[in-house]
Amino acid sequence: MDGEDEPMGSNGVEDTEKPAPKPAAALGGEHLDVEAYAGLYTGRTKITRLLFIADRCGNESLQLEALRMAYDEIRKSENTCLHREVAQKIAGRLGPDYLLDQAWADAVDRRAELKKEKLENELNGYRTNLIKESIRMGYNDFGDFYYSHGQLGDAFKSYVRTRDYCTTSKHITQMCLNVILVSIELGQFMHVSNYVSKAEQTPDSQDPVTVAKLKCALGLAFLETKKYKLAARKFLETGPELANNYTEVIAPQDVGTYGGLCALASFDRTELKNKVIDNINFRNFLELVPEIRELIHDFYASHYASCLGYLESLKHNLLLDIHLYDHVEILYTQIRHKAIIQYTHPFISVNLLTMADAFKTTVTGLEKELEALITENQIQARIDSHNKILYARHADQRNATFQRVLQTGEEFNRDAKAMLLRANLLKHEQNLKASRK
Amino acid sequence: MESVGAVVAHIQGLSGSSEEVAHLHSLLKQSEDYLTSQGPRLALFLDQLDPAKHSLGYLFLLDACSSGPISREQAHGFLLSVVDFINCCSVEQIRLAPEKFISVCKRFKDQVMDLQVPLQGVAPLRTAVRKLQSSSEHLTTLHSDFLLLCILAKCYKTGLSILEEDIFEVDQPKDLFLYCYYGGMINIGLKRLGKALEYLQNAVTAPMTSLNSIAVEAYKKYILVSLIHNGQVPSFPKYTSVTAQRNLKNYTQLYIDLASCYAAGKFSELEMFIQTNLEKFQNDSNLGLAKQVLASLYKRNIQRLTQTYLTLSLQDIANTVQLKTAKEAEMHVLQMIQDGEIHATINQKDGMVSFHEDPEQYKTCDMIEHIDTSIQRLMTLSRKLRSIDEHISCDPAYVTKVGKERPKFDFDEFDPVPHKFL
Repeated sequence: MDGEDEPMGSNGVEDTEKPAPKPAAALGGEHLDVEAYAGLYTGRTKITRLLFIADRCGNESLQLEALRMAYDEIRKSENTCLHREVAQKIAGRLGPDYLLDQAWADAVDRRAELKKEKLENELNGYRTNLIKESIRMGYNDFGDFYYSHGQLGDAFKSYVRTRDYCTTSKHITQMCLNVILVSIELGQFMHVSNYVSKAEQTPDSQDPVTVAKLKCALGLAFLETKKYKLAARKFLETGPELANNYTEVIAPQDVGTYGGLCALASFDRTELKNKVIDNINFRNFLELVPEIRELIHDFYASHYASCLGYLESLKHNLLLDIHLYDHVEILYTQIRHKAIIQYTHPFISVNLLTMADAFKTTVTGLEKELEALITENQIQARIDSHNKILYARHADQRNATFQRVLQTGEEFNRDAKAMLLRANLLKHEQNLKASRK
Repeated sequence: MESVGAVVAHIQGLSGSSEEVAHLHSLLKQSEDYLTSQGPRLALFLDQLDPAKHSLGYLFLLDACSSGPISREQAHGFLLSVVDFINCCSVEQIRLAPEKFISVCKRFKDQVMDLQVPLQGVAPLRTAVRKLQSSSEHLTTLHSDFLLLCILAKCYKTGLSILEEDIFEVDQPKDLFLYCYYGGMINIGLKRLGKALEYLQNAVTAPMTSLNSIAVEAYKKYILVSLIHNGQVPSFPKYTSVTAQRNLKNYTQLYIDLASCYAAGKFSELEMFIQTNLEKFQNDSNLGLAKQVLASLYKRNIQRLTQTYLTLSLQDIANTVQLKTAKEAEMHVLQMIQDGEIHATINQKDGMVSFHEDPEQYKTCDMIEHIDTSIQRLMTLSRKLRSIDEHISCDPAYVTKVGKERPKFDFDEFDPVPHKFL
């Protein structure tokens, strides 16, 4: 957590800003309503998300709250491994109700052993009889069994094995969704994108819910591989049918958040307007996360201070998100750079003092940021550090052309000569060989 | 077996018309072994011949008598007679036996270097090159020897007179590598870094089937000069031979590390790097260049500032490019303004520097003249390219080869225009 916090301070947000984020972060921390948050999800992801929050929040009451809910949730499942882990993490801090329940764990394990044996027998029977559909079901049951007991690797293998026995598109889709679910839990996003494309290739048209699920999964895969623009597209394409049908992976709120932030970081102004703000489908998702909606509108309306303010207050919660946490910094930097570029774009000269005000930073800090952007050629401008003014730089086309022409001529001259020389050398060698023959 | 006297008589008798000389050439070839066995004794007979009239015979005798070891006392006489011979020999006659001429000149070069008087060899070898080459585009084996002497004698300007001619025809691949390598060094000596890069690049990208150490050394210098001149090392062009692309990096790891360190732009780190590897650079005799790389980092960093700032205080410049004091920064900026590397004015009262755009407006007569000559030069070049292209497409060997490989017709090697301009 500390490691995450430090770059936040140095990341363009300079001295005057320093005291500000602290209360905001603390506020955000208090704001995170774990119960409401956990309510958005079901299944294993609910537990892993809660554990993730407990690991990273750095706030004891919040941590215990998260652990307590995770504990309750695990008791409803059959995952003894996680149960032991959570019990160890709680370490008796939540009183006698939340200790390691050895008897329960043993009972569950025993039952699991029996069930596994039964499944194995069944599967063997199916395989000797060579009934395709039954074998598929058998493997599928195995996958479900492993999944519910937290053996993700084995679950993955079993689900993949059903592939050979799929006979209809529906089966294939089901197989793909299962594999995708396990792969996301495993963090294997290569598999996710593979199986999404497999599912999309099935000949029969799919129901809108499945389509939306696949889009979300692919969006997540792109997000994890840092392809933010593609991720944004996928999230934006996700249909409202998703609703609460995919809570074992993602909540509709998340689609709004991920899609909004990725779009903000990677789209240009027109794209932002067309694909995000005017997108009726996506509006449904944005309604669920009003802060994101507001900050996108602020960004588009050039109210950068308020936009950055929203971002800052959201940051703490986003850092607790299991998928977004390690992309927050990158996305934030990109959004900030975009904002700076957009701010300077329409002007011939910009007073750095006003601009620093708008971005809640100091003039020196802003100068450094601008310098980096100018060096990367993202802003065509130069800084008058004496008078603290930024002047847009209009390249003189005529001079540039002359310069380039002369340079190209020189290069052509050089390359052509070098090429002739090489051609002659090659010819010479050929002659040598020919004469030797 | 004839006696030496008979050979001399033949030479004296048969040095008139071209048929006679051709006949003499065959006679001399027959008695070559005999002449070599006579060795130093032949020196006495040289006086009986006139180097201008009996060039071919003189050449054979000179070669035979210098084939053995030459003592220090004899060396002086040998040098004198070679210089004399090179100056007055007849071009037609020596071209009949170029390998003899080359071997005599090479021995002459070795002697000059043994005696550590390279300067004495520069002028004669230049004459020798001129006499030996069939046209100014012809690269002879003597080119590299001449350039080597120029480097040793530090008369780079003289070397330039040969380097300024573009060469296209090459006898031996090794000649080309040495020529390019020495050519690069001479241009470095004259601070014509752009030209130097061109030569070194030719050495690195020349077709080769096995790696040679000349190319490796050339690549080391190429990296250093690229850093000084451009601030970065370009990757290999795609026509570079596979051998070079695969292997060169393994032999020049130190320099590649230097380049990546340079790219980071931290003066102190680069200084540290060069300090720790001081000995290695010294062994490659590239320490001077390495130090220039270090110095160029200041310039590079200051130049980068001109892209971003209109005005900047000297103190800020000093901080950004890691100079100790504002005064030092001022000296650097001043030097760069003087060298025309940046356009700026220093305001000493406030300690501010204002950077300007390039004032060149491409409107002056000089500039137009310059552009015009460039265009003319390129037009000549492209005419030449076209004629070569026609020539190649009529070459029977080429046509049969292309005919065989018709389906995958590969234009790469003989493209009339380099690919990047298409």
